[in-house]
Amino acid sequence: MFAFLSSQPVQTALIVGSCAALVSALIGVFTVLRGNAFAGHALADVSSAGGAASFLWGISPLLGFLGMAWIAAFGMEFLGVRKARERDLATGIVLGAGLGFSALFLYLDVTTTSTTGAAVSVMFGSLFAISRGLIWPAILAVLAVFLLVGLFYRPLILTAVDPDLATLRGVSPRWMGLLQLLVLGLAVAVCALAIGAVLATALLIGPAGAAIRLSRRPAQAIFWAMIIALTAVWLGIWMAYESYYWFSGNAWPVSFFVVVLIFLFYLLAMLGSSWQHKYQRRGITSLRRLQEP
Amino acid sequence: MTNQSPILAVADLSVDLGGRSILRDVSFDLYPGQLCALIGENGAGKTTLLRTLLGLITQRAGTVLIGGAPAREHRELVGYVPQKINFDPDLPLRTRDLVRLGLDGQRLGLPFFNGRTRYAVDQALQAVGAEDFADQRVGELSGGQQQRAVIAHALVRKPRLLILDEPLANLDFGSANALVDLLGRLIVQQKMTVLVTAHDMNPLIPVMDRLVYLVDGRAATGTVAEVVQAEVLSKLYGYPVSILHHGGRILVLPDAPENADVANMNRCAGHGV
Repeated sequence: MFAFLSSQPVQTALIVGSCAALVSALIGVFTVLRGNAFAGHALADVSSAGGAASFLWGISPLLGFLGMAWIAAFGMEFLGVRKARERDLATGIVLGAGLGFSALFLYLDVTTTSTTGAAVSVMFGSLFAISRGLIWPAILAVLAVFLLVGLFYRPLILTAVDPDLATLRGVSPRWMGLLQLLVLGLAVAVCALAIGAVLATALLIGPAGAAIRLSRRPAQAIFWAMIIALTAVWLGIWMAYESYYWFSGNAWPVSFFVVVLIFLFYLLAMLGSSWQHKYQRRGITSLRRLQEP
Repeated sequence: MTNQSPILAVADLSVDLGGRSILRDVSFDLYPGQLCALIGENGAGKTTLLRTLLGLITQRAGTVLIGGAPAREHRELVGYVPQKINFDPDLPLRTRDLVRLGLDGQRLGLPFFNGRTRYAVDQALQAVGAEDFADQRVGELSGGQQQRAVIAHALVRKPRLLILDEPLANLDFGSANALVDLLGRLIVQQKMTVLVTAHDMNPLIPVMDRLVYLVDGRAATGTVAEVVQAEVLSKLYGYPVSILHHGGRILVLPDAPENADVANMNRCAGHGV
């Protein structure tokens, strides 16, 4: 255990991984509440183009992921989306275009800079290989997300409940939608850095989806999402580290363990909530039976 | 009543949506303590009229004044209960939280515990009889309970004008009567003005003072006795109709093509058939 914690890549992985877990749990709850899971997934996928470009131009991958996620967010908002079907359509079109750029940049990475690991690292992450210089930018991104969500907490929830009710309270659903996409972009960048652009969705949606089934209040859902996400990330890092010994020197990637753990937690939450529902329903019917003469 | 200023004044309102004329020259005033039913069939323009009053749609012509000012400037005077909100059963939001959002949902910062807020929320929950499910998730409630939760959300700021879109649709008789009761209490005890849309006026007859009858974008307004008359409604429909009174209920029926059976129907109604 001491060797595990004293290793510098492990320390970096734990810090950046925790950042990703906290930020994704927080914004994930709002994303799931608004039924925006597909948009979240698309932002994450498209951000891979930025990650790939950052290798090419030698800039910080966090900035690369973030820049592309924001461009995609504006693109989706700009393509004008009122109905759910149009929103899915616009999201899908932006997603397709973004992945095209990703393909181009990854190809150029391999041919011009001979960084062969770029594709795997951008798409699926390599938490143990993150440079220490990215710790502070990641923490700053997390602070920005917490500040913005904390500030607009109630308007965001009200908009998620019903846009008309929000408008009548003087909240603009349009601005809240844009704010949410921008904050989502920040969260996506940190997640993509940690477990890869393609797998970022798992961290964004999974813990929030599981927590929502277990909670009765938004704050409670955010709390449980954070617990689930942190547990998955910490356990995943530890298992990946230990897997070096399990598979005789062939350590498996962190991202794999994190994603599998999140999936397991989601299954558990589903079982838990369906058991809870069954129990409650039985309680109600027995009460009815009592009331009947 | 007449020396008071109207809480809602609608004058010559015309609304177009997508190039189509939805409302034409609608005018009516509502005073404090009045309950007005907005009656019309599906597609008559009821929801469009409500959304225009709320400032969610901009009119082509005419004015809407709420408390003497344009609708958008006086939103705090208005409480709105939409026809149906689809609450996901998994939505982590208690009835109590939904009601609180009606009070401070526009505020910045985190919703910390606050005694005065808690009191206002409890009052609103009590007013609609929602104390029993105050701590349950909104998505788990029955349709009638969800409606009461949304009414509490609208009432918690103590609006002077409460607007409800088809509140009686999808309610069983018991819940519908309870709702009519609640609306009656609001206008009498709190001098609130209530505007309700419905496609059937009958359940509202015991409590309503005024009627706006919408047909095809045009409106007749007045008291029930003034509006629900064969001549007025026939002109509005552009087709002869008859009014049947039966046991305190009013039915509007289009005349049969030859006009021959109508006399027969009136006779039947007279005999309580």
